Amino acid sequence: MRLPDVLRHSWVLAAKDLRVEFRSRTAILSAVVFVILAFVVFNFGRDPTAVPNVALAPSILWVTFTLAAILALNRAFHLELENHALDGLLLAPIDRSSIYLGKLIANLVFVATFELIGVPLLMLFFNVRLLPYLAPLVLLIALATIGFVAVGTLFSAMTVRTRFAELLLPVLLLPFMILPLSWGVQATVRLLAGRPLSEIAGWLNMLAVYDIVFVALALLLFPATVSE
Amino acid sequence: MLRTGRWITAIALVLLAGVYVRALLYTPVEASQGLAQKIFYLHVPAAIWAETAMILVGLASVVYLFTKDPRLDRFAASSAEVGTVFCAIVLTSGPIWGKPIWGTWWTWDARLTLTLFLFLIYVAYLLLRSAVMDPATRARFAAVLGICGMCEVPFIHLSVYMFPTLHPMPIILQPGRPKLPGSMLTTWLLSLGVFTLLYVGFVVQRYALSYLHEQLEAVGGEVGHA
Amino acid sequence: MVNPGQTLAVFGPNGSGKTTLLKVLAGLIQPQRGRAYVEGGRRAIGWIGHQPQLYGQLTVNENLRFWGLLYDAQPGPDLLARLGLEEHANRQVRTLSRGLVQRVAIARALVHDPRVLLLDEPFTGLDRIAAEALSRLLGQHAAAGRATVLVTHNVEEGTELATDVAFMRNGRFVHCAPRSGRGAQQVGEEYRHAIA
Repeated sequence: MRLPDVLRHSWVLAAKDLRVEFRSRTAILSAVVFVILAFVVFNFGRDPTAVPNVALAPSILWVTFTLAAILALNRAFHLELENHALDGLLLAPIDRSSIYLGKLIANLVFVATFELIGVPLLMLFFNVRLLPYLAPLVLLIALATIGFVAVGTLFSAMTVRTRFAELLLPVLLLPFMILPLSWGVQATVRLLAGRPLSEIAGWLNMLAVYDIVFVALALLLFPATVSE
Repeated sequence: MLRTGRWITAIALVLLAGVYVRALLYTPVEASQGLAQKIFYLHVPAAIWAETAMILVGLASVVYLFTKDPRLDRFAASSAEVGTVFCAIVLTSGPIWGKPIWGTWWTWDARLTLTLFLFLIYVAYLLLRSAVMDPATRARFAAVLGICGMCEVPFIHLSVYMFPTLHPMPIILQPGRPKLPGSMLTTWLLSLGVFTLLYVGFVVQRYALSYLHEQLEAVGGEVGHA
Repeated sequence: MVNPGQTLAVFGPNGSGKTTLLKVLAGLIQPQRGRAYVEGGRRAIGWIGHQPQLYGQLTVNENLRFWGLLYDAQPGPDLLARLGLEEHANRQVRTLSRGLVQRVAIARALVHDPRVLLLDEPFTGLDRIAAEALSRLLGQHAAAGRATVLVTHNVEEGTELATDVAFMRNGRFVHCAPRSGRGAQQVGEEYRHAIA
């Protein structure tokens, strides 16, 4: 199968997912509410006199995104199992990797929506200055998100067909999420402390390598999760 | 085969006792750490095999996806269970050593934390196996997770060197000459050999058990969860 | 060997390997021995099974367009008309009744004008209108020189459409011959005899 075909089919699949997702405004609305609630929980889960906002902000940001990603990933393949549409996709003359890529794109857009809401809300709620560091922060968030959504999309294709799917996905995924998460937090801490960009270059490189390795791996392994 | 595994394990356990007799009676006490250092003969070989077991799970999984040979799946499952046990040894012996030396049972030290990671990946692997009923699907899913686990190991290692750490840096396989006194090195190498034998013994037993389990399932017998 | 214009009906009890046969033909699973070949590959195959393989939150039109895109095909203008679905084209599939969903599923399988149709118990659970529409479409399909393989455990359902009849038991064919004028009753008797 040629690469342009794979990309075109991936986009057709992702567009279908996003159309379903954004058709009901419930999805996007729940995303906003979830992010707000997570921030509120964090606010009451600390002693404001003991822990300053700027020290806690990176943790709030990354833990919220991690949880949001798990929520988004949990429902990624439900759509395909409902009427056995997945069987139809496997029958269609498309490469298996385009099914994975399509899901990956849709999941990334969905998680990015959470993050797009989360970053301004963080500035608003916790009075943290993010604007001067916005460009590197966005790069950092994007790299980390690609990493764990790539692994998560692969895993959710498996967990959705097991018992206790909603519980099993975080159990499988979190050990793989903690590494990019910890790199993200440490880089964010340095970023917010106004340290030079060269100090976080190491983490950005690690995240980029992680993304390349796991996206490639997932593309290779995905067929094994769907075919008989 | 089960009997062979039992024998290997028994021999390995006797030898382990022998290694500890040697470690306690015939190997010099390390100057700064005192007796606590003795745990190192248990801790480090277990850590090495905990990690090697993960790599073996991954390699067996890669070959499984190509050949679909159920023996490889059975081996991967056995190796993962033994790896879990070895991780548990590392995670318990670490704090026992840490209490007198660092003054605390648990620190979020990079190496300890990352063994915890390995442990969590093993647990996830075993949980995934128990959540899938169909044997062929279970084998495929487990192989996917096993390969991802193997690929995670180098990242865990890279990460270790990016964290500030209290943990003693590896002193055995250092480039240049080893800094370990000769008799300690001998004891340690003996211990590593014994742990290799333990790994083999455990895996052979576990493999034989799951084979019997499958035979029993095939004839429709009622078996508990193994 | 199923030639253009032929319709092979495969009968067998549950667990005799009918669905597996179709999956092998569709290229979903590799046969342990032997080979299956469908001219034109996956692109040439249309599948109607127990499950509609549709997205409930999308409309009928959106579903057909989506599946069409995967086959690089446009849904034909008269496809909905032939199944009596025109007035429902812009309704979400999940709001449709079971019978209508089944008709949409048939339209979905025909969206790329497949040369080979694989049918897995196609009449199970169909209402009368859908069953008649399906029979009519299968007739047109065969008349247009296309091949059909139909598997079912119910001899009454498929015989009239078939040009060839096969019986399966324990994953093997125990009978495979042209129907040559045999009626459902006669085929049924032979079937019960063959699998007994």
